Formats: sequence, structure tokens, C-alpha cells
Amino acid sequence: MAKKKTTTTGTPSIPGLADAPPEGRALDARDRKTLQKIEMLAMEALAAVRLGKNPSLSIPVRALSNVSFDAEAGLIRLGDARQGRSFFHLKQAKLFMQTFLIAEHCKKFIEAGATTSIRDIYYAAKHSVAGTKENTFEDQSESDPIIEDLEVSIDALREELHLRAENRGSMVGPMTIRDTGDTIDLRRMGSGGWSIPSIVEPGRLDFVNTEAEFVLFIEKSAVWARLNEDRYWQTAKCMLLHGSGMAARGTRRLLRRMHEELKLPVYVVTDNDPWGFYIYSVIKQGSINLAYESMRMAVPKARFLGVMSSDIERFAIPKITAMAVTDEDSSRIDQIMRYEWFQSKRWQEELALMKKTGKKYEIEALSSKGIRYITQEYIPQKLRGRRGDAWLD
Amino acid sequence: MTTEPAPHEPEPDASKPTRRASAEAMAAKQRDISVSEFFQKNRHLLGFDNPAKALLTTIKEACDNALDACEEAGILPTLLVVVDEVSDGRYRVRVEDNGPGIVKEQIPKIFAKLLYGSKFHRLRQSRGQQGIGISAAGMYGQLTTGQPVIVVSKIGKGRPAWRVAVRIDGRKNEPKVLNDKNDTAEWEKDHGTSVEIELTGLYRGGRTSVDAYLEQTVVANPHLELTYRPPKGLPVHFPRASDVLPPEAQEIKPHPHGVELGMLLKILHESGKRTVKMTLMEEFSRVTAGVADELCARAGIDPNGQAQRADAAKVEALHGVMVASNAAMPPIKRFAATLAKSDRSLRDALLEDASGFTPALAELVVRRAGMEPSVRARIVTPTQVEHLFDAVAKSQVRILPPPANCVVPVGEGLIMEGLKRRFQAEFFTSHTRPPAVYRGNPFVVEAGIAFGGSLSKEDSAEVLRFANRVPLLYQPRACAIHEAVLKVDWKSYGLQQRKGELPVGPLAIFVHLASVWVPFTSEAKEAVAHYDEVVREIRLALMECGRKLGTWVRAQQAERWESQRKSLFEKYIVELAASIHAITNVPEGKVREDFANALPNHVNIPAPAADTLVGAPVDEADATPPGPEVRPSTPPPAPADEAEAAPFEDGPSKPAKKKKGS
Repeated sequence: MAKKKTTTTGTPSIPGLADAPPEGRALDARDRKTLQKIEMLAMEALAAVRLGKNPSLSIPVRALSNVSFDAEAGLIRLGDARQGRSFFHLKQAKLFMQTFLIAEHCKKFIEAGATTSIRDIYYAAKHSVAGTKENTFEDQSESDPIIEDLEVSIDALREELHLRAENRGSMVGPMTIRDTGDTIDLRRMGSGGWSIPSIVEPGRLDFVNTEAEFVLFIEKSAVWARLNEDRYWQTAKCMLLHGSGMAARGTRRLLRRMHEELKLPVYVVTDNDPWGFYIYSVIKQGSINLAYESMRMAVPKARFLGVMSSDIERFAIPKITAMAVTDEDSSRIDQIMRYEWFQSKRWQEELALMKKTGKKYEIEALSSKGIRYITQEYIPQKLRGRRGDAWLD
Repeated sequence: MTTEPAPHEPEPDASKPTRRASAEAMAAKQRDISVSEFFQKNRHLLGFDNPAKALLTTIKEACDNALDACEEAGILPTLLVVVDEVSDGRYRVRVEDNGPGIVKEQIPKIFAKLLYGSKFHRLRQSRGQQGIGISAAGMYGQLTTGQPVIVVSKIGKGRPAWRVAVRIDGRKNEPKVLNDKNDTAEWEKDHGTSVEIELTGLYRGGRTSVDAYLEQTVVANPHLELTYRPPKGLPVHFPRASDVLPPEAQEIKPHPHGVELGMLLKILHESGKRTVKMTLMEEFSRVTAGVADELCARAGIDPNGQAQRADAAKVEALHGVMVASNAAMPPIKRFAATLAKSDRSLRDALLEDASGFTPALAELVVRRAGMEPSVRARIVTPTQVEHLFDAVAKSQVRILPPPANCVVPVGEGLIMEGLKRRFQAEFFTSHTRPPAVYRGNPFVVEAGIAFGGSLSKEDSAEVLRFANRVPLLYQPRACAIHEAVLKVDWKSYGLQQRKGELPVGPLAIFVHLASVWVPFTSEAKEAVAHYDEVVREIRLALMECGRKLGTWVRAQQAERWESQRKSLFEKYIVELAASIHAITNVPEGKVREDFANALPNHVNIPAPAADTLVGAPVDEADATPPGPEVRPSTPPPAPADEAEAAPFEDGPSKPAKKKKGS
């Protein structure tokens, strides 16, 4: 059988799909490269099995145990640990099969020049396993990690696989962009703002012009809406973004690009609780799960504007707005305190204090001082005093 | 009474006890209570306490007698059991055999006199033991229906088949023949006996039914051909499973290991003019002149003295030496360690941790070692432990185990035949223990197991208890066999078992206790008494069967597991091939073939041969696990990296990861 492969009398072993795309559509070099990677993965499995071996994928481990904090670069980096995923293994056989099923569908989308959501690909790849009542995927929560596995095992970016996540987060501000060919003035986005897509790579998204002097990321959409209503971005000359909670890939990549390409400083406002702090750290240093993309997404120079514990005294925020730290919060605090990138003295103190007082504050707590307190007092003051105040970094 | 003064008219005083009968009046009523009268009043002792049980006991006693008679005469038994419902709640039972027949004169006594028989006075294995059963059944029938026992018997070709209708005189325990003594019947057989009893009874199904009894009798007696005509439904016929008659049981004398002090005293006392040595040699089995001399020497008794005159203390010493021969000590280091942690007395520690000790023997050897039996085990020094071991060794005389020919086990092969006749199972095994002794009585325990197949997976195991080939249906919880079954850890053989309960699973357990004298808990012969030696032997036999079962069950599981693995991979290969084809354009069929070819390297099962091996019954001793042993001559799996080792990490215990081709 190995003979057949070398003589290539029948089907070519690595068909030149990248060279001769169907539907006559020309593929760019990047797509061809991705397709080749997928094909190599399949050919390697086939070669192994033809030798009677157990075909196996080598997948970098995406867990805390395999990430390290590069203090110099200010980034979380993925380590070298890899885990095998073999086909002839009771627990891994299905995962192995699923990985190839996802790869097959990614290939289809790349060839068709289409982009799809990770939810679409879940539906596209879902069917019952031949002759059984079992499904290839029961749930999107099964296919999502498989997609990430595929990304890391063939070292392809999600957008290179033509996959996108749902849009999450919005942006407004003094800037004009070109989004897949459409020129959009982000000064005229009304109350909802421009919805940030999951793929914001150059070519799909380009910056046309801007007067913005900095970028302000707000954790919560409600607070962002308040700032947008006051057209704070206009007065302060900033890009105003929110992430509806944790910043999604697209939002993070966008922050990184604005910081890198437009040289805009990035400021972050989150709730005063461990979850908020962690959102800031993900923007700044990257996340454990996507550590392999930290270099493209993290903004190591991002600054934490608030809400920090010292603000409570400094801005005389009424104590009545405090919320009790729950057990869940408390264990999250413990967890974060152990992360390498939270080891600075000030963060440790901040976290320890929160645990000690048992109090946390939402950004909205500032509204107890007046409807426009946040735009007229808090943020301007924090930005003004940024030189005197030691950053909670 | 007359001595008591009675100054006034005696007024009845409730507080004072009044005499109700004089000694003379009572003496007039005192007389011998005949056995039959005693059992009339206490019929539950014989198994006639309710109508259902009475019907069963009647059939059981008649069958026991028939089988004993056939075997003693060396005839392969052919039995016919007929149960007719005469009227509501009234049955006529007839059991007919092809035995040697009974001499005419003996018929009345055998069937209508309690405690009349040939079996009580000898030490030999038989079903019946005391000569009560069949007469008691006849008496029960007579009491409830007024009908006599009708016996037809013929002792040879050309001889008349005598017909006798007999009643029992309850007061005198004497038979009374009702018909003309020259009555004969038409009888086509050359020889045999037929007994007919009419009684009040209840015919029903279930664990204690007549049907269950007969089915089990067939299991333990593969040489029996049985036809059963039940009151309802079709007749059942069980053809013979074996044409070999069990070897004849030999009569034996008691063995020294298990003799009781009282019995020894009685034997010596009734020894006439014989010497101690001669008495020992003649009254006990396995006692040679050498053994007798040594026993006497160790007990400090004169072997040539007259046995009758032996000093009581010396007889006690002799008894100690005799039973000590059966005692076994654990390894000395382990025993010393046990003592050091014990809270008990040395005597109790010995009884618990060593085997074969009686309380008297334990005290004897402790004293011989220079200690008090009540001394706390914890303070015994290592030197004293050595003394104790010496004392045990010095007390022991090597005596051969009792002769095996006095007990006749069914045999491992025939137990399996019997079980196969009764159960549609997948796996059968059996084990016969070597002869052992309780109270001087040799016995042999046998166990068998039927597993899987049509046996219920959800129910508790069915336990079939037998004593001298007779099924025991009642009082399972009072029985030593039941206790021994509970004491076995069935979990280690792959079954489920709650603490103190029977194992659950598709399992039938057969236990047979063969002995010259089965220790029943009562005259009704329903349950085996709890002798430690008996329970221990049953447990060991069951454990041996359990081990074979465990091996088989594990092999089955491994095989099932393997085939699951295989089908799992096969299922995903189809999917995977479609994806790889879509990615690489290699034909889907070719990809599938490539994966299918590699599959055997990673699953320990040969693809085609697997089906034929599943469910094949395994023969007794060589319980070789099927399936995984056989492998095609494909090269062993090549990669030895972590990916190769990993697939087995969470599987069940497997026979072997890498087996060479067979």
C-alpha cells in the first residue's frame, strides 16, 4: 500500500487542491498554506495507520500547567508540553475523529472562500455516527475545544481556518474604518455603536483616519452606553469600547492593533472584583486558553484605571454601595493571587484587602454620586492624576 | 398430705398453693411414652408441621429409602413418583422403585414401626439415618386420613409381589397388618417396592415445592432415572445422566481426631477385657499398633493395661493427645505478632487463631507449656511462644486422615453433569474436597457452580443444599451451608454481594455434604449444624469454585471489553474515513481498509474467531480464558511510546497486554 502512494498511479497522495481550487476561485497564499497544513495532518495519520501504527495528533496543552509568564515582555506564553491524541484509544478515538471532522469542514469553507461561525461549523459537522444513535457532536461545547485543538495542532489562526465567533462588544469614537470594503464613520454610530466582529485582521478591517488620543475599554455595556450618551469620546478624544464582560478575541485583537499601529494608550475600567481584575489581565497579558495567541492579542502596556480599592476613600464612594464577596468570589481571589502575572506587591495587597474587607464594588457604584459623575469626575480625574498615582499594574 | 392439720373447714385460699394430685395418682398415669406417641405430638420435629411440608416430607422419605435400597443392592435406580389429588387437600402419594424388594415378614416393621431400621447402628453414609422417616410419614397419613400404608414388594423374578396394608399402633409402636397376609398384586417388574400413602397435604410451587425437591434430587443423583406425575400438568421424565453407580460406601469406625471425651470413656468402658492398645486399634480407624503405642506414651497411659480400669485423668490425657493430632498452628512469627496485639487470654487466642483446637485441648497444651490458660496473650514472651509450639508438637501423633472410601462424593464430573441437566448456564465448575473429620466422623464437601445463561441476573444466587445426595429445602438460614456461602467473599470473583447477604447474579451454587453421619440441626433433617470444621470445608470448596468462576468471568469481561473496543473503533473508522477522504481525496474505501488492517494491532482480539468463542462453556479444572489467548500472527504493535501505552490505562484488568501468538 505504501507503494501506491509513491508511484501516484491513482489519486495523488496530496492532491493539489490549493493549486487548483474548485469553483474557479483563486485562493490567496495564506489559505493555500492552511489547506496544506490540514492535508498534511490527514496524510500523516494515514501514513501511520498504513504502517500498522496508532495514528496520533500532538496537541499543545492549554492549561495553567503549561503556561508561563514572560515578565520581560509582559505576556503569558504557552509552554512546550503536548498531549497525544490517538485514534486507537478508547477515550480518544472519538476526539480524534471529531478533530478530522472539523478539519474537513474548515477545508470546505476555506475552499469556498467563506467564513463561518463556530456555531455554524458545529451544525455543519453534526450528524449521527453511521449505524448508531450517537451524534458526532452532542453540543457546541464539544466542538469549540476541538476547534481550538485544531488551531494549535496545525498552528493556524482561527481566521486562517475561516472561523469566526459571534460578534461581541461595541466601539464608538473619532475614527473612520473600512470593514470588509465598507467605510464606516465610528462618530456616527448612534447609541449602539459598531459591533466588533471576531475577525479584525488587516484587509478585513483597516483604519482610515482618527483623532483619538487614547482607547478606553469598559467592562460593562451599560456603563459604556452611559458614556456614549454623553458623547464622552468626543470630549475626551478617545475610542470607547466595551466587551460585554470578558473581552472576546476580536475585541482584544482590535485593542492590540490600535495600540500597536495607531500608538494609542489603552485604559481599562472594570468592576472592583476578581472577575473584573482578571478581564484587565487578559487584555494586558493574555489568557491561559489562548496563550498561543498572546503575541497577537495582548497589550502589555494597558493601564488599569479602576475601580480600585483606594478609589472608595479617594472619591468618597458611599459604603452602602458595597457588595459582599461571595464564596465563589473568594476562591477566585485565591486562584488569581497564585497566578504569576498577579504577583506584584500592589495586586497582592489589593486582592488581600478585598478578601479581608469582604467588599466589592461595581462600576455603577460611582453613579450614587450623580448621573454624570463617572464621565465628569471619575474618569477625567483618574486620567489627569495618572502621573502622580502609582499604577496598579 | 394427711399429716397436715385441718382445724377448720379448709377455705379456698388463692394465695396458698394447693396440691392437685397425689404422688400415687400421678404414678398411676406414669408409663413408657412410646416413640410413636412422642412423635405424634411433636410431628414438627420430623417435618410434618404443615400440609405442604408434610406432602414433601412423605415423598422425600419414600425416595430416600428407595435410593438407599437400590444403591445398597447395586441397582441403577429407576423411580416413579405419582402424586394424585384424591379430593380437595387430600393426596395419594406413590413411590415405586426397582430396588431389591423387601422380605415379606419385614414389610410391616419397616413401614409401621418407628426407629426400626438397619442404618442407625452403623457408621456409614446413607440417606436415611434413623429409621424414623417412612414410618412417620405413614403415621401422619393415618392420623390425617385414616388410611393405611399400602406396600407392594417383590424380591425377584418369579416371586410373588406381596401386597400389605399396614397401620401403626401409636401406643405400642407396633405395626398392624390389615389385609390378608397372602394378598398379592400384579407386578410386571422383576423386583422392587412400591409405597402408597394417603395424607392431608398441600401441593404448591416455589423453593420448597415437591417439584423443586425432585429437580434437585436429579442434580445430586446423576445415576437416577426419574418419572414424576404431578397432580396437575404433564408428567416429567429425567433420563439417567450417568450409568455409573456411585461406589458403595464402606462402614467405618470413628477417627481419633474428632472423638469426644464422653465417647472415649464409653468405648474404653465397654471394652470388656481388652487392653487400652487393643481397644484403640479395634474401635478407631487409622489406629495401628505404632499409633496406639505413641498415643499411650504421650498420654502417659499404660498401653497394656486393661482399658476398663483406665484412670479418668489418664483417659482425659489420652483424649487430649488424640484430638491434638488434628490441631494446626499458624506460622510462629505471625502467631507471636498476633499475641502481642491481642486483648484475649492465651487460651482464647489459641482457639481463635489456630485450627483444630477444642477448649480442653487448648488448656492442655498451654499447661504443658508451663502457663495458665487464662494468662493474657499480650504478656506471653517469645520464649514462651516457642514452648507452646513445642507442647503442641509433643502432643501430636501423626495419624492418617480417615479413609475416603467411607464417604462417597458425587464427584466433580458428575456434579457438572447434574448441574447441566438442571440449568441452562454458560459456565459450570465443581470441586470435591479431600475427606475431613468432625467429631470423629469423616465427611467430604463438594461444591459446584452454574453461572450465566438463563439464570436471573437480578436475583440472589440459588443455593442448592444437599446432605448425602438428599436436597435440603427448608431452613436455609439455619444451615451451615448457607452460613458458609455468606462467608465467602464473592465480590472477589466478580459478583455483587451485600455484607451478610447472598451474592447477586446469574449464579446457582451447589453444595453437597457427604458423611457417615450428617450433623443435622434436628430430626427433620432440614439444616446442617454449624460445626467449624464443616463450615470451613464448605467455604474452601466454594472458594475453589469461586476462583475458577472469577477467572472465567474476568476473561469474559475482557473479551466483551475487547469487542466493545473493536466496535467502537469500527464505528469511528467509518466517520474518520469520510473526513480523511474529503481532505486528501484518497478513496474512502481505501482509508477504511487501511484503518481496519491496523485495528487488530491495537485490539487484543482476533476479528473472525471471536464470535465462535463467546459463550462456549469452559470445562472444569482447566478454566482457560477463551478469546484473548488466541491472536493472529500479525506483528506486535510497533510504537512503544506513551500513545501506545495509554490506551490501556482505564480498561479493566486485562489478561495480558502483549501476548505472543498462540
